Amino acid sequence: MSRLPPFQRFLDAHAPRVWRYLAGMVGPVDADDCFQETFMAALKAYPALVPGSNERAWVLTIAHRKALDHLRARARRAVPTDAVPETPHHDPPPGEAEVWGRVRALPPKQRAALTLRYAGGLTHAEVALALGTSEEAARRSAHEGLKRLRADADADPAATADADHRPSSRTPAT
Amino acid sequence: MNPTDLPAPPLDRPALAEATARFTAAAAATGAADLVYAQLDSPLGRLVAVATPTGLAQLSYEDFRGGLDAVLEDLSVRLSPRIVEAPARLEDTQRQLEEYFDGRRTTFSIPLDWTLCGDFTRRILQATAQIPFGATATYGAMAAAAGNPKASRAAGRALGSNPIPIVVPCHRVIGTSGRLTGYTGGLERKIQLLQVEGISLG
Repeated sequence: MSRLPPFQRFLDAHAPRVWRYLAGMVGPVDADDCFQETFMAALKAYPALVPGSNERAWVLTIAHRKALDHLRARARRAVPTDAVPETPHHDPPPGEAEVWGRVRALPPKQRAALTLRYAGGLTHAEVALALGTSEEAARRSAHEGLKRLRADADADPAATADADHRPSSRTPAT
Repeated sequence: MNPTDLPAPPLDRPALAEATARFTAAAAATGAADLVYAQLDSPLGRLVAVATPTGLAQLSYEDFRGGLDAVLEDLSVRLSPRIVEAPARLEDTQRQLEEYFDGRRTTFSIPLDWTLCGDFTRRILQATAQIPFGATATYGAMAAAAGNPKASRAAGRALGSNPIPIVVPCHRVIGTSGRLTGYTGGLERKIQLLQVEGISLG
C-alpha cells in the first residue's frame, strides 16, 4: 500500500524543480514569494493528495497558478507609459542563459509550456495536466514558443550565444 | 540558432536553501504544519524531537526507532503527514536537555502533548512525571497513582510505550527491590540516566 511521504520529504524532493520553474516564469527575484505561496498551498492541500499520484505534476500545477497570480498582480501594479518595454525589467541573474529572459517575454501560454517543460522537467502530458489543456495543445504551445525564440534569434544573432546548447542530460525525453 | 531544446535555468542553491528554511519556519510558526521535528544531540545519542502546536509529543532515541525516516513515516500515518523540519521550534527543548545532562536542571518546563498516548498510558505517564529528580518509584505505585493498584503489569507496558522519555522520567520507575527492568532506549541508557541523577543501583 502506498502512503503519502511526510511533507518534509515531499518538499526535499520537489523544491529544486519548483524553484527552477518559478525562476523561469517570474524571474529569480520574485521566485521566492511564489515559492512560499506554492508550498504553503501544497502543505494545506497535502493530506487530500491521493498516495501514488503524480506529485511533480501536482506541485507544479500549484506553482503555475501562483506564478500566474503573481504576473497578473504585477501587470496591475505596472504604471502605464508610452513606451512598452520589450524585455523584462530586471537583469538576468549571473549564470542564467540569456534565452530565459526572452522566454519570459513570450506570450503566457508559450512561456508556461516551455518553462514547465524545460525548467520544471515535466513531460508534455504533465505540462498539459498543469495547464489544464490537452497534450496536443501543450505540445503546440511549446513548439510555437521555440519557433518564436528561433525567429528572435535569427533577427538578432547576438542573442544566440548562450542559447545554442544541445539537449543536456537533464532535459526530459520527449 | 537551432534551439530544439532549452538549457534548464541554473539552480541558485543558496537562494533555494534560504527559501526552504523560510518556508518551514513559517509553516511551524503559523501552525500550518501539524508536526515539526528536529534532530537533537545528547550524551545518550541522537534524538528525534517532534512537537505539535500544543507541545512536545515525541522524543525518540533515533537508533531505537529505526532511524529518522521510520519515525517520520510512523507519525505521518498516526497523526498527520503535514510534518516539517523546524529546529528553531525545538531549540528550547534542546537547551533544557543540555542543562539536564550537565547537572544544571532537575525539572523540565516543556509543554507536552499527550496525543500519542491512550487514556490509561497518559495517566500513568502523568503520575510518572511527578516523581522528583533523583528519586525512584515502583510500577505498582504508578498503577495506584493512575487509579488501579492491581495494574502494575499494564503500568509497565504503558511506561514501555512512553513517547517522551527523559522529559517524562520513566527511567525513575524500577521493579520492587530495585530491580531494573526494560527501557525504551535500552537498559544501558536507563542506568546512565539514573547516574545523571545520582542514583546508583547495586
